[in-house]
Amino acid sequence: MSVPSNGMAPTQTSSAAMIRVLGLVAMISGLLIVTAYEATKGTIADYNRQQLELAVRQVIPGAATIRTYAVAGDTVHLAEPGDTNRFYAGYDAKGKLIGLAGKAAAPGYADLIILLYGYNPKCQCINGVSVLQDHDTPGFGTKVATDSAFLANFTALDARLRPDESAVANPIVTVKHGTKRHPWQIDAISGATISSTAVGTALRRGTGSLLPALMRHLAQIEAQR
Amino acid sequence: MHNESLTFIFLQSAVINNFVLAMFLGICPFLGVSGRVNTALSMGLATSFVMLISSICAFGLNLILVHYHMEFLQLISYIAVIASAVQLVEMAMKKFSPALFRALGIYLPLITTNCAVLGLALFQTMRHYSFAQSLAFALGAGVGFTLALLLMSGLRERLLLANVPNVAQGAALSLMLAGILSLAFMGFGGLGSL
Amino acid sequence: MKTTDTTIDFGTFWEGVWKENPVFVMMLGMCPTLAVTSSATNALVMGVSTAFVLVCSGALVSMLRYLIPKEVRIATYIVIIATFVTIVSYVLQAYAPEIYKVLGVFVDLIVVNCIILGRAEAYASKNSVLRSVVNAAGMGAGFTFALLCLGAVREILGSGTLFGVHLFSAHFQPWLVMVLPPGGFFVLGGWLLLFNWLKQRVASAGTLQEETARAQ
Repeated sequence: MSVPSNGMAPTQTSSAAMIRVLGLVAMISGLLIVTAYEATKGTIADYNRQQLELAVRQVIPGAATIRTYAVAGDTVHLAEPGDTNRFYAGYDAKGKLIGLAGKAAAPGYADLIILLYGYNPKCQCINGVSVLQDHDTPGFGTKVATDSAFLANFTALDARLRPDESAVANPIVTVKHGTKRHPWQIDAISGATISSTAVGTALRRGTGSLLPALMRHLAQIEAQR
Repeated sequence: MHNESLTFIFLQSAVINNFVLAMFLGICPFLGVSGRVNTALSMGLATSFVMLISSICAFGLNLILVHYHMEFLQLISYIAVIASAVQLVEMAMKKFSPALFRALGIYLPLITTNCAVLGLALFQTMRHYSFAQSLAFALGAGVGFTLALLLMSGLRERLLLANVPNVAQGAALSLMLAGILSLAFMGFGGLGSL
Repeated sequence: MKTTDTTIDFGTFWEGVWKENPVFVMMLGMCPTLAVTSSATNALVMGVSTAFVLVCSGALVSMLRYLIPKEVRIATYIVIIATFVTIVSYVLQAYAPEIYKVLGVFVDLIVVNCIILGRAEAYASKNSVLRSVVNAAGMGAGFTFALLCLGAVREILGSGTLFGVHLFSAHFQPWLVMVLPPGGFFVLGGWLLLFNWLKQRVASAGTLQEETARAQ
């Protein structure tokens, strides 16, 4: 191999040579990236789907099949890739609708707290919450996902609509620890008030925007269309 | 995805999750260029400027990548485009505004591969920010970075007069200081959430 | 020149681990050092990922070292590094998704870790493939070692566990601040203090020996 002294030619490199080398490097890197992407694509998609199904099943216990819907304006349709404003419907083995699930988010202590909540259309109440993202202080703010007394708030949290179905009758609200009086109130964790309040705010916002649209189209969702 | 208000995004990136003190982005300039207040200010302003440019570039680039379903090229194209964009701006600045170039110019090449800049671009894509939200995010990150640098340099100027033991001089002391600053910034947690 | 090129110099490996440790001595790559060391497992994964990128990019840069014109070398290095970082990121997402969720954006940020570009520029572009790989592996090992030092201390103090295994009885009250951002600064500062102190003791012991030798 003939090697130029010190590995560098003393003369100026031509533009063509530079472009050639950059092109070659770009081709090698492109090839490597595409190979890695194609090789891992399936596994990653599987994992994400599993995680989502796991979270949905946690808030709609007993769901045999899960369908993803999207709200667009005043209509509801089966979600396609790229749709935002999604919600999930769970059906039992006979195809009967047993619960709905939606995402909700609100700023907590450090960052957004993102939750998935289960909604039972029969009792018009929230019957389960699963935390998807929570960066709050470990051991304090993260209690909202583990504290059993706090999670007991979500066995039947009232989220009834007004008779005209235009909005939630009693917006969900977090109250100070030990002062819960009504079924739409959330009893905060003492010592993690900000995170508890964030959960309440997230649910109030999530239900306020989603439920009215959802209940109007309940028949369509029950028919799995 | 989530319609956070612009004020919240700004506050979030500037103080609550300060880029330097809570997210550990851009530590190298934070420890390296924080010796004096006026250099720290110039560095902070130059970085904020690069952040704004790279945020705009990354937003445009992401639209193209998503349109052609080539998200796997995200990282490689972000870094290439941000570096070239900063170089272009640097050249334009040299030509049209030499005064500004003298103030910020020497820092620009250093900043291009600062992890705070690339981190900003990656975060805004990951969180699906709209254009206005991205701008608020970049502005907040710039303000937060400048703030952290200014505070640090002010403290270090004072510390020059203090009599510290030999073992604690240099980086060790700076890190302890940064830790205390970071503790103080934790007090901003929960801001804007109630 | 060619004869020295083919011998492997393991001294360069240990240099990277100890004498030129990228974190404790050269103060490079501080962002991931502080950000992902809230537990030993995260620190280990981050260290190994970085070492992988270091070794692969070092090998490729060294292979292409006569081809790359010096005018575009930095651009070429960055493209090569970004390629391997993207690969690591996808592999972690597929096979260690739980850890990827914690490390998050810091996996992608390996690309702007100055250790890697520094090695490509200062070593791999001037040495044979084998030597570059050994040197890069040393640096990677040194980086991983430093991350583990931080991660272990922070995890033990902050959550009372090591690699997820509980070390203390249930009465242990975790020192929470250690796993929060300020803890990163404090623990790294503490390690640097310790190393400075050791260095000073070694230095003063040396001068003491000289003096006694002279007195005799």
